[in-house]
Amino acid sequence: MDQPIQTDFIRWIVFLPLIGAIINGLLGAKIQKRLGKGAIGIIACTPVIIGFGLSVMALVRLTALPPEQRFLIDNLYTWIHLGSLKADMAFLVDPLSAVMILVVTGIGGLIHIYATGYMHDDNAFWRFFAYLNLFTAAMLALVLGDNLLLMFVGWEGVGLCSYALIGFWYHDHANARAGNKAFIVNRVGDFGFVLGVFLLFWSLDSQGHGTLTFREMARWASTLEGQTIWGLSVVTVATLFLFVGAAGKSAQIPLYVWLPDAMAGPTPVSALIHAATMVTAGVYMTARLNVFFSMAPFTLQLIAVIGLLTALVAATIALTQTDIKKVLAYSTVSQLGYMFIGVGVGGYAAAVFHLVTHAFFKACLFLGAGSVIHAMHHEQDMRKMGGLKQYMPLTFITFLISVLAIAGVPGTAGFFSKDEILWLAFSNHHPVIWGLAVLGAGMTAFYMFRQLFMVFFGESRADHHTREHLHESPRVMTLPLVILAIGALLVGWIGLPAVFGGSLFARWLEPVIAHGEHHGSHALELGLMAVSILVAASGALLSYLMYYRGAFSPDRFANLAGGFFYRLFDNKWYLDEIYQVVFVNGTLLLARFWSAFDHYIVDAIVNGAATLTRFVSWVNGLFDRYIIDGMVNALADIIFWTGNKFRRVQTGNINSYLYGILIAVVFAIIVKLRYWS
Amino acid sequence: MEISTAVFYLIALITVGSAAVVTFSRNIIYSAFSLLGTFAGVAGLYIFLGADFVAGVQLLIYVGGILVLILFAVMLTHRITDVEITNRAAGRIPALVIVGVFLALLIQTVRETPWVKVKEVAYQPTTAKIGDLFLENYLLPFELASLVLLAAMIGAVVLSRKEIKE
Amino acid sequence: MIFSPNELSSYLIIGAILFALGLFCVLTRRNAISVLMGVELILNSANVNYVAFSHFGSGNLDGQIYAMFVIMLAAAEAAVGLAIVLAIFQLFHTIDVEAAETLRE
Repeated sequence: MDQPIQTDFIRWIVFLPLIGAIINGLLGAKIQKRLGKGAIGIIACTPVIIGFGLSVMALVRLTALPPEQRFLIDNLYTWIHLGSLKADMAFLVDPLSAVMILVVTGIGGLIHIYATGYMHDDNAFWRFFAYLNLFTAAMLALVLGDNLLLMFVGWEGVGLCSYALIGFWYHDHANARAGNKAFIVNRVGDFGFVLGVFLLFWSLDSQGHGTLTFREMARWASTLEGQTIWGLSVVTVATLFLFVGAAGKSAQIPLYVWLPDAMAGPTPVSALIHAATMVTAGVYMTARLNVFFSMAPFTLQLIAVIGLLTALVAATIALTQTDIKKVLAYSTVSQLGYMFIGVGVGGYAAAVFHLVTHAFFKACLFLGAGSVIHAMHHEQDMRKMGGLKQYMPLTFITFLISVLAIAGVPGTAGFFSKDEILWLAFSNHHPVIWGLAVLGAGMTAFYMFRQLFMVFFGESRADHHTREHLHESPRVMTLPLVILAIGALLVGWIGLPAVFGGSLFARWLEPVIAHGEHHGSHALELGLMAVSILVAASGALLSYLMYYRGAFSPDRFANLAGGFFYRLFDNKWYLDEIYQVVFVNGTLLLARFWSAFDHYIVDAIVNGAATLTRFVSWVNGLFDRYIIDGMVNALADIIFWTGNKFRRVQTGNINSYLYGILIAVVFAIIVKLRYWS
Repeated sequence: MEISTAVFYLIALITVGSAAVVTFSRNIIYSAFSLLGTFAGVAGLYIFLGADFVAGVQLLIYVGGILVLILFAVMLTHRITDVEITNRAAGRIPALVIVGVFLALLIQTVRETPWVKVKEVAYQPTTAKIGDLFLENYLLPFELASLVLLAAMIGAVVLSRKEIKE
Repeated sequence: MIFSPNELSSYLIIGAILFALGLFCVLTRRNAISVLMGVELILNSANVNYVAFSHFGSGNLDGQIYAMFVIMLAAAEAAVGLAIVLAIFQLFHTIDVEAAETLRE
C-alpha cells in the first residue's frame, strides 16, 4: 500500500471554521456591538469560503494522482498511543472525503451567506454564527478524520451543535424541548455507534491488527471473516451497532422522530444541518466502512428494509403536512431512506451520489422555504400562503427547479441519483424494494408539487397586512438560491446511468468504494427508468389536478377508507404517541416502581440498619469509655511519669550530650573491632 | 633522611603542637593565636597531599577569615585590659580518659586497616579540574553552598545586631 | 609502619590526634569561643582525612571537593556561631556555656 502524501493545508479546512467559531463565540458580543453584524458575518463566512477553496485545491491535487494513489493525509501528531491503540490527529482526503468536504464547505458556505441575510434581525446574530462555524468545523472533522476516533469527535461535535442550534431560540419552551429530543435520540444512536467501534477494534485487535485508521481497517477487514460473538458473526453484530448509530444521526426508523421536531431551529440550520450535511453523516459512515458492511449481508438486508420503510412512512406523512418546513423535513427523512436503500443493495457510491444531489436540491428547497417564511413574517402554514409567484419570482424559480429535481424529472440531479439507486435495487434482485421505492418516488412528486402549488400558485390566502409587505428577499439570500438551483439542475450529470455511458462519480469513488455490479440489460434499465418517470409524473399530475385545477377536492382522498389513512398519516403513524406510551411512560412507570421499591424496601433496610448501628455504637461507646480510654489514659500516665523522671537527663549542658555521644561511639568501635571484624 | 621528610615531620609537629596549645592553654588569646599554627600546618599537609588549591583555600578562609572572626569575638567578649582573661576548663579527668580511649581506638583502627593504595601518586595542578568539577558534577551543591553562605550571612547579621529600641 | 609523607596512615594519625584534641577542647572548655575553636580543629582533622583519601585512594578530586565544602560550611558555622556567642554575651553578660543552661527549665 502506498504511503499517503502528507499535505499540510488540509488541517486549515477544519481549523479555519473552528477559529471563526472561537472568535465569534468569545468576542462575538463585543464585535457585534462595536463593528456591527456585518463584521460577524465576514468572520463567519470567510473561513468556510476559504475552506471551499482549499477543498477545491485538494480535489485538484487528487485528480493529478493515479486513481489508486488518491490519498492526501495531513498528520498533525500522535493523538493517543495506548497499548495496541494508536490514533493520530490526522486528516485524510481521499475521493470520498473530497466529495464530502466540497459539499460541506460549498453548500455550507452558501448557507452561511444566506444566513447573514436571514438572521439579520436577530440579536443573537453572533451566537448563531459561532454555532454554525463550530458545526462546520465538527462536520469537516467528521468527514476528514483519518480514524474512527476522530470521526467520533466530529460525530459528537455535530450532534452538540445541532442541539444548540435547534434550541437556538430557547426562550420558546417547545424549541428547547425539540433540542433535547434531538440530543437524546441521537444519544441512543451514538451508543450503538460506540459499541460498534469497540467491537470492531476489539475483534481486529484479537487478530493482532488493532487499529482504528480507516485504511488499515479496510486492509485487515478480511481477518474478521469467521469470527463470531454470541454465535453471530462479529462483522454482522458490529455493523448492526454501527447502523444504529447511522440511524440515529440520519433519522431512520425507529430513530427518525427527532428530525421533524428539529425544524424548530432557524431555517438555514434546517438547510445546513438537517438536510444537507449532518443527517448524511450516517450515510457517509456506512460508505466509509463499506468493506465491513459488504461482509455482512444480513445487516445490508436490514438496512435496505429500514431504508425502504423510512422512505415510505416519511413520504406518507409528508402527504398531509401543512407546515412548509415539516413537509421538507419528512421529505428529507424519506430521501435519507432512499440513500440507505442504496447502501442496503450495495450501492454505496449511488448512496453518496444521492447524498450530494440531495444536498443541493434540499438545501435549495429549505432556503427557498426560508425565503418564503422571511417574506411572510415567520408564517409557516401553507394554508395561509398561495400566489407568491408574482411577489417572489426568483424564489419561485429556484424552488421550482428544486421540486423538479427532487421529483425526479429527467435531466435534473434527483433523477440521476434516485434512478441509480432504484436500478441497483432492481438489478441486485430486490424487485419488491424497487416497486415500493418507485411508489415512494410517486408520493414524493405528489407532495412536492402539492407544496409548490399551495405556496406559489392560486389566490393568496394571507391576511391583508402580510400581503402588503410581501417582497422578494435581499440579494444575499437569493444568490445562494440561484447557485444551489443551478447545482440542482446540473450536478446530476456527473453520475450518468450506465446506459448513457456510466457514472463518472462512481468511477471517481472507486478507490474507496468497490463499484457495484450491474446485472441486466440496457433495455431493461431504460424500461425501468420510464416506469419511474411515469409514476412520478402521475404523482405530479394528481397534485396538479387537486391543488391547481381544483378538479377534485383533496378531501375525497382524505375520506377514503373512512379517513383512516388520512388520520394515520396526519398523526405521523402515531409514532410519537407510541414512543410516549412505550418509552416515556414506560420509563416513568419504571421510575415509579423503583420509587416504591426504594420507599418500602430499601428505606426499611436502611432504617433497620440505622437502628442496629445505633445499638452497636452504644455498646461500643461503653467499651470505648471504660476499656479503650482506660488503656489510653494509663499509657499517657506512664509516659508522663517516665518523662518526668527522665527530665533531668536534659541538662541543657552540651558537654553531657557530647559525653553520651562519645561513649556510644567508643562502644560501637570496640564492638566493631573486637567482635565483628 | 630526605629534606621533604624532614619538612613533613616539622609540619606535623607544628600542627599537632599548635592544636595542643589551643586545647590546653589557659589564656584564650594564646589559644586563638595557636589556631593559626594548626591551620597553617594543615595547609602544609594539603600541599604534601598534592592539593594545592585546597591549601590555598585553607589559608584564605581559615587563616584570613575564620581566625580573624574568632579573634574579633574574643576581643568583643573580653575586656582586653583585664589582667585575667580566663579560659577555665572543667571535668578534665573524665574527658581525658574518654578521649584517650577514643584516640587509642582510632590509631589502632588506622594501623590495622589494610589501606588500598594507588600505585602511582601523581602531583598535578588541580585548580582547573576543580573548577570544571564545580561547574559540572557539583553544580547543584555549589549553588546550594552559595545559598547557605547567604543564609549564614543574613543570620549572622540578624543575630549580632543591637536591638533597636524605639 | 613508617611515619613518612608517602604513607596514608601517617596523615590519618595526624587527623586522629587533631580530632582527639578538638574533642577534648570541646568537652572541657567552658568558654563558648574555645568550644568553637575545638570544633574548628575537628573539622580540620576531617578535612585532612578527606584530602589524604583523595590523594592516596581513589586518585580523583572528589575528596578535595568535599574538603572545600567542609571549609565553606565551617565558615558559615563560624559566622553564625560567633554571632550567637555575641548575642548570648549581650543577654547574659558571660559566654560560659554552663551559664546558659535554660533549656532544662
